[in-house]
Amino acid sequence: MDKKKIRVLIAKPGLDGHDRGAKVVARALRDAGMEIIYTGLRQTPEMIAESALQEDVDAVGLSILSGAHMVLAPRILALLKANGQENVKVFIGGIIPDEDVPRLLECGVLGVYGPGTSTERIIEDIRRLVEPQSV
Amino acid sequence: MTLAENVLQGDRLSLARVLTQIENESEAGYQALNELFRRAGQAHLIGVTGPPGAGKSSLVNQLARYYRQPPQGAPKKVGIVAVDPSSPFTGGAILGDRVRMRDLAGDPGVFIRSMASRGSLGGLAAATSGIVQALDAAGFEVIFIETVGAGQAEVEIAHLAHTTLVVEAPGLGDEIQAIKAGILEIADILVVNKADRPGVEATLRALRSMLQLAHPSPHVFSANLVHGFAYDTAGLFEASEAESERELTGTNNGLWITPIQQTIATDGSGVADLAREIGKHYQFLRESHELKRRERARLAAELDFLLRERLVRHWQSQVTELQYNQTVDELARREISPRQAVDRLIHDE
Repeated sequence: MDKKKIRVLIAKPGLDGHDRGAKVVARALRDAGMEIIYTGLRQTPEMIAESALQEDVDAVGLSILSGAHMVLAPRILALLKANGQENVKVFIGGIIPDEDVPRLLECGVLGVYGPGTSTERIIEDIRRLVEPQSV
Repeated sequence: MTLAENVLQGDRLSLARVLTQIENESEAGYQALNELFRRAGQAHLIGVTGPPGAGKSSLVNQLARYYRQPPQGAPKKVGIVAVDPSSPFTGGAILGDRVRMRDLAGDPGVFIRSMASRGSLGGLAAATSGIVQALDAAGFEVIFIETVGAGQAEVEIAHLAHTTLVVEAPGLGDEIQAIKAGILEIADILVVNKADRPGVEATLRALRSMLQLAHPSPHVFSANLVHGFAYDTAGLFEASEAESERELTGTNNGLWITPIQQTIATDGSGVADLAREIGKHYQFLRESHELKRRERARLAAELDFLLRERLVRHWQSQVTELQYNQTVDELARREISPRQAVDRLIHDE
């Protein structure tokens, strides 16, 4: 009797204090039947990687509005990999300039969602990315 | 090496994965538990329950910090299992207890795991006990189990934990008598958190009088009544054995007086005193043989639960969905009563 659920860590790295977007996404994923580990504001990359490990999540959603995404995202991806969690799907929401998107995707981010993205699209993407690998 | 062996070696990723398998009630999870069970049974299990917003997570954060940096003695490895409710409609959940536990980040002697209740109503999830066993086997010496925000009926934690803290806050219960009667009975230690808030005196007064009302003076619990609800361990021991235990422990050790502790979890006030009371309770449990009793009762309860689950599954395999639905239809038309429906489904297979 396997009761697999998709587990997603929603975290806000960096120093900006705007967590409305993170909460909206967390709530939408919850309503889609996922289990969301919400860690709150001002998380360091180390804290995020540690939470992702202890919670054995399938995906990590990062909310970044500070402009520091090109530093934070690669750092978090590297830490996840170092911990043996290279299979964890990482996506980013927030204010990300268009020209940065390809570079983020290149370094392993699987989705970049700017303002106005429908939550349905995020849900669909996570399901599509996570479900094939679930036992 | 099996996953369980890696866990015993101290590999954190393997531990996290085993916890997932246990939570998902997968075959791999059961197998790991079978391997880990023999190595468990060493940790002090501390339950933390109370209404939403009383400050359970903040208090666990502070207590964990205390055990990581005790004023004397070696630091203890701390495991934390925090349960939050699943939505009854979508099955989704937002697990937010880590928000209050950021002080513990970066400490390899701490492992925090959030769990959704996944439909269980007793304040814990069905797999919580297995998760705790795995952390126990992995060498965590103190394990906090934080329930969902609880009111009256969520007393399951008292089965699982050795020491149960019931956390209240001022202002949450003007009708404290009505709300707290159920949960008070399972408290080994009552904690009034947010003790800097107005109304704390009234809350303390209400709790004190509640303790006195429940157990007229001297307001003490006898060892066998520490948990007010029915689990009868007396029958598990030979009468003479129970008798001699009582002699051994003497009258003072046979009784635990539920203390009331005040804390302010946001700044740590009162946490050292609370930790001291927790230590005293653990010592009391060990010296009075109550620990063994509880352990045995807990395992018996778990066995009962698993037996029930297995029996239900066995029954389900023998009744077709059609039979079941037809019976529900008859029930809905009020042609048969619920009890008759049970008779039908159990006997007339």
